[in-house]
Amino acid sequence: MNGVHDMGGMHGHGPVAPEDEKHEPLWHAPWEARMLGITRSMTFPKGFNIDRFRHIRELMPPHLYLARSYYDHWYAVCVAALLNGGLATKDEIKSGHAAAGSAKRNDAARADQVWASQKSQGVFTRKVETPPLFAIGQRVRARNINPTEHTRVPRYVRGKVGVVQLHHGGHVFPDTNAHLQGEAPQHLYTVVFSARELWGEDASARDEICADLWESYLDPA
Amino acid sequence: MPKTCLPLGRDLHHHPHHHAHRRGHAHADVPPDPALRTKALESLLTEMGLVDPAAIDAWVEAYESKIGPRRGAQVVARAWVDAAFKARLLQDATRAIEPFGFLGREAQHIVVLENTPAIHNLVVCTLCSCYPWGLLGLPPRWYKAAPYRARSVIDPRGVLGEFGLVLGDEVEVRVWDSTAEIRYLVLPERPAGTEELSEEELAGLVTRDAMIGIAKVEKGRTA
Repeated sequence: MNGVHDMGGMHGHGPVAPEDEKHEPLWHAPWEARMLGITRSMTFPKGFNIDRFRHIRELMPPHLYLARSYYDHWYAVCVAALLNGGLATKDEIKSGHAAAGSAKRNDAARADQVWASQKSQGVFTRKVETPPLFAIGQRVRARNINPTEHTRVPRYVRGKVGVVQLHHGGHVFPDTNAHLQGEAPQHLYTVVFSARELWGEDASARDEICADLWESYLDPA
Repeated sequence: MPKTCLPLGRDLHHHPHHHAHRRGHAHADVPPDPALRTKALESLLTEMGLVDPAAIDAWVEAYESKIGPRRGAQVVARAWVDAAFKARLLQDATRAIEPFGFLGREAQHIVVLENTPAIHNLVVCTLCSCYPWGLLGLPPRWYKAAPYRARSVIDPRGVLGEFGLVLGDEVEVRVWDSTAEIRYLVLPERPAGTEELSEEELAGLVTRDAMIGIAKVEKGRTA
């Protein structure tokens, strides 16, 4: 979707606000740590996945997406997942207490499972039966597609020509996975674009921008 | 009390009890203060058996004491002292890093980018905030914020300037937008005059910022 989350190339957000790495706190408020731990360990609805998480985050109304901090985005996603999955009601979210008579589950992730979970989660490579359509060094054009659902092809590369820099093999395809339509793995490539191809003649003649793009985002050029 | 919008997309609308007021969003009256909302959420999930507070504690502890930028710094220092390792790292970083035990969530598929006098690499995620958590720990606030995500790809030299890093026109800036599950780690240039330092001492110089690509490693400044 062409949402506010697709920020590459936007102006008007002001300068970056660096913090001195040596003095920057890990958390900027204690609740951030709790929200991270909740998100990492809570029971999500069956089939929930990282792409769905990202998509729900993208569905935040633009003014709230911009106004709210990172871990508050996580709060919004977790709550939306709970409501949509029928795991909690709005009244329960609001009150912080389960409705009378609701059954208590006993399958929440335990503390002694955290380290194994951290080590094993997040593997997205998958076998793809078809050979790759593109070779390293080949010129490709990012398709000018504008799906209203989840996608990972940023607006700023659509229609632009680049060169395949890396081939990563088969990876879970976010556009289907986010909508619980299966992992539908595809070949994943890193494509390098010249700054001038993306931003015009005023851009540096030397600089380059790389993006990771799935095969169905690309055409030969 | 102000309303908080909860995002519910089109295909997230099938549940009859959570009907959206208008397409795309449901509204719920929850406290505006995220500390209160988060506390209520933790209480609710604990009561329902959907979360174990001890597991929350364990995740927090993992990021506070185990998973941080000293991991990435160890990898960088090894590459500086061991040419064969460096070659393997640049060829297949995931496999080269595996023996360190650092692979895990948000760091299962890794590519390492070598900075040289001719090329400076910079890592960003314009679409969300993808970051090599398993190697660098929690992402800094500015990395997740709109200004960095928006401008790194269109004005990387301007962004670097705001971090105090000015590069000559002869240097190519190469920006890596983390749009998939590949996690990028910059291998900074080893500073001159560090030939006598041990691997451990070298690791002590390597900052998180240098491994994102918004700074260089400096001899006189420990991380």
